[in-house]
Amino acid sequence: MQLVLEKRAERSNTIALVSPLIAIGLTIVTMTILFAILGKNPLLALHAYFIAPLTDSYSLQEIAVKATPLVMIAIGLSLCYLANAWNIGAEGQFLIGAVAGSWIAVKTQGTDAGPWVLPAMLVLAAAGGALYALIPAICKVKFGASEILTSLMLVYVADLFLDYLVRGPWRDPHGFNFPTTAEFDPVATVPLLIEGGRLHLGSIIALLVVAAAAILLGRTIKGFEIRVVGAAPRAARFGGFNSNQLVILTFAVSGALAGIAGIIEVAGPVGHLQPGISPGYGFTAIIVAFLGRLNPLGILIAGLFLALTFIGGEQAQIAMKIPLDVTKVFQGILLFYVLACDSLILYRFKLVLPNRQVARGTH
Amino acid sequence: MQAHQRMLDPTPNGLHSGESPLLQTLGLTKRYGDFLANDSIDIDIWPKQIHALLGENGAGKSTLVKAIYGLIQPSAGEIRWQGQPIMLSGPSEARSRGIGMVFQHFSLFDNLTVAENVALGLDGKESFKDMSARLEQVSKTYGLPLDPKREVWQLSVGERQRIEIVRALMQDPKFLILDEPTAVLTPQEADQLFIVLERLKAEGRAILYISHKLEEVKRLCDTATILRGGKKVDTCNPRLETAASLARMMVGGEIKEVKAAAGRKTTVPRLVVNDLSLAPGEAHGVRLEHISFELKGGEILGIAGVAGNGQDELFAALSGERLSKDPGTVVIEGIAAGHLSITQRRKLGAAFVPEERLGHGTAPRMKLSENALLTGHAASGMVHHGFIDTAATLKTVDRATETFDVRKAKRDPEAASLSGGNLQKFIVGREILRNPAVLVVSQPTWGVDAGAAAVIRQALLDLATAGAAVLVTSQDLDELAEIADRIAVMFHGHLSAPLATADATREKLGLLMGGSSLEPKEAAHAVGA
Repeated sequence: MQLVLEKRAERSNTIALVSPLIAIGLTIVTMTILFAILGKNPLLALHAYFIAPLTDSYSLQEIAVKATPLVMIAIGLSLCYLANAWNIGAEGQFLIGAVAGSWIAVKTQGTDAGPWVLPAMLVLAAAGGALYALIPAICKVKFGASEILTSLMLVYVADLFLDYLVRGPWRDPHGFNFPTTAEFDPVATVPLLIEGGRLHLGSIIALLVVAAAAILLGRTIKGFEIRVVGAAPRAARFGGFNSNQLVILTFAVSGALAGIAGIIEVAGPVGHLQPGISPGYGFTAIIVAFLGRLNPLGILIAGLFLALTFIGGEQAQIAMKIPLDVTKVFQGILLFYVLACDSLILYRFKLVLPNRQVARGTH
Repeated sequence: MQAHQRMLDPTPNGLHSGESPLLQTLGLTKRYGDFLANDSIDIDIWPKQIHALLGENGAGKSTLVKAIYGLIQPSAGEIRWQGQPIMLSGPSEARSRGIGMVFQHFSLFDNLTVAENVALGLDGKESFKDMSARLEQVSKTYGLPLDPKREVWQLSVGERQRIEIVRALMQDPKFLILDEPTAVLTPQEADQLFIVLERLKAEGRAILYISHKLEEVKRLCDTATILRGGKKVDTCNPRLETAASLARMMVGGEIKEVKAAAGRKTTVPRLVVNDLSLAPGEAHGVRLEHISFELKGGEILGIAGVAGNGQDELFAALSGERLSKDPGTVVIEGIAAGHLSITQRRKLGAAFVPEERLGHGTAPRMKLSENALLTGHAASGMVHHGFIDTAATLKTVDRATETFDVRKAKRDPEAASLSGGNLQKFIVGREILRNPAVLVVSQPTWGVDAGAAAVIRQALLDLATAGAAVLVTSQDLDELAEIADRIAVMFHGHLSAPLATADATREKLGLLMGGSSLEPKEAAHAVGA
């Protein structure tokens, strides 16, 4: 008996929807085994990861707060990936966006500048992220450099640049030598939605981004262009679409979204610029984009799910002393299964009987 | 299972030397999912026989020969070699038993020499020197001249095919399978190939000859097996049949005849190409050399030529997928367009149908409505202020479906799910429904069933009758003879002066396709501006 992968005549929309669920199921099975090996009760661990965070209002808000940057970055990345442009450096664009936006906050510190500060920070963050993303995009278009490598390498550049700023020129003089800027002024802070809660305006912006992306991809010729350049490059050229322009455009948009996510994180939940503002949002967003089928609505759901694993991971660490790195293991396994299950959209498994017996059967 | 005492296939002149055929399939069946590619096929091949395998695209010819050559395993049924049932583990076992095959698509490395390519296909037990000597000897014996030291990319398509044939012959096969060998040859080269095949037959070898060129089969083959929809229709002597009766068996009905409207009038020049030269875009591509022609409304110009002589490059230059520095080289509707993008050329009234249906003419995994948008977004009212009018794209699909009889499972399926013929009807329909002033179409009926081919050719004729200028590139000389008013030939990036179709005999076209000039006195390379 033989198991073969057989190509489907047409892509299966059912599997396209079910495949992330299969992947989540397989990940949970694998995690159960992993918890057992670590000597932790798998049921309790899974409860801590997936159930406990859903039971109190603080954790629920925290999930939305964590999902906000994930969703915003992943929307941008999905545009890149649909157009066959592989932006792996959203983490760097996130940090540069945070730095660019923080510049205004730092410079207007204590000047009572007025309500224009926050919008200006958002605009500058978007511009910073976009320009930073354009470096790998232009290198790809002009010189044929692999955008996967260049965008990834620029993450570390951004990381060290931020480090330099908060240890050097932007360090809070009253900060006991901690590498951080001073706490941002109220006008430079993202307002909370509920007084005393955690939920902030950034979540609303993320929802608007999701809606805009859904309209762009589903209804506009630009969205069609993005999809066709990725799906069939030669046909796209025949259709009159320029894939190089699209690499530039999608990188710029995704860089801008990552940059906005960065400044919202800094001017929102964190409140000042410091190293370690991101627990790897830019990388986790890659998983969110694929788990969400590169579809805006799917990304919204996937973003909430992965935010749950962040919160769950923290709770599991506190309650059961499970290392926080297990969360990253979980996310990695999940991406692996998502990509593996995606082959079922175009292929199906089939059991084949050995035909030797059949052929011999004639005698 | 199949009864073993069935009648043997008729063989003319009592050719068979032994009691059992050289190769025999009994109830050979190949299933792909729910699809029966081969449905219980019996075929007998005798020594000293050139056996034609006829059928339309998708009839199951390739599947059958792949099973015989060991490339795929049959789902049921049996293959017998010299009377003994065999199970082939793969092509190397088939070769070691004496079965050789020459594929339609060559498997040669462009940057290796002829001898190196041949060595790669052999099992490598002899030294390279001995092998090269044997290669020269085999090529001399059979009149297939080859220089073992030349690199493949320098060779013509006909020469490349010779490598494949010589490679197969060096294994001294008793049985040789040839898949559409003349598809890439000039008529003269085909004649030379037939002499080689007759000689192989006289030596006692058997040949299975896959083709859909019926005149050729009548001339060369003693037996013909016809497949249709995966089933064997009949085995007959093609010399006792007419081309029409063979075609009826292949298609399973009459083919609609294509008719040109009488008294078609040519009008103003709608597509003019002036001294177009273009360096190749990729390594080993063909440089276009001083191409000039004028195409009037109401006229169909055919471009013949062996594949790889610059037809693809010409299509890219005309469509705007590759731009020319000099705007005046391509003039569409009186406007210099050499520097314009494909979208701008479409807005001038041009439409294009490339050779490759999936991946070039359409995005395979996108719906037909999206593929209508692919070429219609520029000028067909499908986009308003950047937003797609889905109703308009669906309407184009419906109109193309209705006008050109596109058969599909649902209203708006993915392009890849359509059969080749139906997808081609959709693509041609999509362009014709835009009412183009100029239509440039490459290999319009390549790999398309006869019914769809007739619909497409008729559509091209009707479009010309309506006043459009139509440029058709095709390797099928019969197709060009049927629809074109004039025929020009591409060779090494040059385009010959067009001949009126009535003057364009196979001999003349064959000479031009091989690079000879019709008027030897004229300088071969007229120096352009």
